[in-house]
Amino acid sequence: MAKNYSPKLGKKELDLLTRLSNSLAVSGDEQEVREIVYEELQEFKDSMHTDAMGNVLVRREGNQPDCLKVMVAAHMDEVGMMLIKDEGDGLFEFVVIGGVDPRQLVGKPVIVGRKHVPGVIGAKAIHLTTKEEREQELKVKSLRIDVGLGGSKLVEIGDRATFATNLAVLGPSLRGKALDDRLGVFNLIQLLKNAPENIDLLAAFTVQEELGLRGAKTAAYYFNPDIGIAMDSTPANDMPHFDGEENPAHNTKLDGGPAIYLMDGATIGDRRLVKWLTETADAEKIPWQYRQPGRGGTDAGAIHKTRSGVPSVSVSVPQRYLHSAAGIVRIDDELNTLKLLHAALSRLDKSILNLQEIK
Amino acid sequence: MAKTNNDLLNILEMLVETPGPSGSEHLIRSKIEEEIRDHVDEIYTDALGNLIARKGKKAENGKRVMVSAHVDEIGLMVTHVDENGFARFISIGGVSPFTCIGGRVLFMNGTQGVIGNERLEANEQPSLAKLFIDTGATSREDCKVGVGDVCGFERPFMNLGKRLVAKSMDDRAAVAVSIGALKAIRETSNEIYFVFSVQEEVGLRGAITAAYGVDPEVGIAVDVTRTGDTPKGVKMEVSLGKGPAIKVRDSSFIADPRVINWMVEEAKSQGLPYQMEVLEAGGTDGAAIQRTRAGVPAGCLSIPCRYIHSPSEMIDVDDLQNCVKLLTGMLEKPIEI
Repeated sequence: MAKNYSPKLGKKELDLLTRLSNSLAVSGDEQEVREIVYEELQEFKDSMHTDAMGNVLVRREGNQPDCLKVMVAAHMDEVGMMLIKDEGDGLFEFVVIGGVDPRQLVGKPVIVGRKHVPGVIGAKAIHLTTKEEREQELKVKSLRIDVGLGGSKLVEIGDRATFATNLAVLGPSLRGKALDDRLGVFNLIQLLKNAPENIDLLAAFTVQEELGLRGAKTAAYYFNPDIGIAMDSTPANDMPHFDGEENPAHNTKLDGGPAIYLMDGATIGDRRLVKWLTETADAEKIPWQYRQPGRGGTDAGAIHKTRSGVPSVSVSVPQRYLHSAAGIVRIDDELNTLKLLHAALSRLDKSILNLQEIK
Repeated sequence: MAKTNNDLLNILEMLVETPGPSGSEHLIRSKIEEEIRDHVDEIYTDALGNLIARKGKKAENGKRVMVSAHVDEIGLMVTHVDENGFARFISIGGVSPFTCIGGRVLFMNGTQGVIGNERLEANEQPSLAKLFIDTGATSREDCKVGVGDVCGFERPFMNLGKRLVAKSMDDRAAVAVSIGALKAIRETSNEIYFVFSVQEEVGLRGAITAAYGVDPEVGIAVDVTRTGDTPKGVKMEVSLGKGPAIKVRDSSFIADPRVINWMVEEAKSQGLPYQMEVLEAGGTDGAAIQRTRAGVPAGCLSIPCRYIHSPSEMIDVDDLQNCVKLLTGMLEKPIEI
């Protein structure tokens, strides 16, 4: 175990993150990301399996027989689209999978199916639209994915589609699609490879989070952990207000460090675990922020209600423009999230479950 | 009006005046533990914070029963403190902005505050986003609360004779009923797990894990229910003072007919008044118990309550005492289900 683990985003790591971000793994068809996880974690192949839902579950045991069992979850799936009707001439009707704002769709290049067939969500050219038409919001039902291939059959009904965005490094930032939650997947791979030996690390690469935390539910039942942690990404709504007033609803801010959850729509963060994370961050001089209490949910929402209950908490990388064709995250926020999780896990033992710690 | 059980009212007053919004149940849990410790055979707190107390050991004709009353109440959590020291918040559980304005709050760290609102346009409906807590601070720096701090509403217990009023009758009235029954039960062949559940107001979360752990053969939630007896209120056949309400359904579950029957037969045998409850919207721990593991017959004993989820929830003292009698009788005798 590397005592002072200091994660870097070198060429090898950036390569992995790029492959993860560019993969097409819309909820219910996570195979592309699952393959990358398997490839990266060959050293764990004897303690890794795919469960009935499609979750990849890896058990990395600590150096004592009765170590604290810590489940860490990151979801492999992303929001996106699914083809539902072939209208001929390369045009397909589609539905959205998970929380996608229909206003984000028009005019975006997409990739479709396992072969990443390129396409576009088209709309009538401005030359031909009336003023009234331009003022109207286009409904998903009136949009089509056009793969431009006439009658050829490279894609079919049921294929998933996602935005055709490639990961890019923009100075101190990353721009990409599906950083929710491929950053989590990346971090969980790194945590396994550098796993602290004082705990049993139960890593869950989950499916169908975007449709209601479905994979995490069965993964947590299987692992039956002592505590649960979800690693995810959460919106940063930190742009300045138009009137210069303080923004009381930013959710998180870029450059603020890992976002620690107190409460969202699915979970009230366990106070002991919140304290453990903030104290670790302070001790390690890692910047951190609270994710403002609010709506939404992470895999922790499923984990904590499993069996007789699992104290749980979430940590997210702040991201602008979540669930769109391109989000922006700070590389430092991402690496500090990984660093915080590693440092926190390294100092963990069974005393965390002491009830007296709840204040 | 029957002779008032002063012990019950004292316990109720202690319970309603202890703050404990969902997720911050540590104070109320330790008060309840102190109150019941000497009356039970086993007591423990589970991973989510549910307090679970066992009374009795399952005999040959006995059943393993779970009785669940939630200890949490609705409340608020701070989301942001601005440069002038005003704290923005979101609700914990179902809180109406109408009952917030002008209200007073008490934080778990002892800080007090009042709720103010931004100027509203004519006919504008207030939303929680337009409200803020003023703790008397003059700046962010001297504000005694920060992001994540939790408060409950602050209103003293009020005894109006036949009617009782408090901020958290939902569900401390039921906790009092559960404690009342727990203390009253002498001999029983049943193994009774009194669960004082957490996080009910945010989705029955405590009862889900408690029921898994207890693995009961039959379950009863004790909770409050709405009434239809106020001017121009909802149309509903439950009134204050007409006895314990036996739940038939709410929007979270349909009570098991065998459990309903068990309640009705016990009320009849004791000559207690009772009323059947059909609640259009709302949920209780009964729903969580029912769907545990391979399924559990479950029902809900309700205490009629006016102005639910306001800082002034009102119950009837006879209803309260009759609920204790009904629950005690149900649990003491062999259960035919």
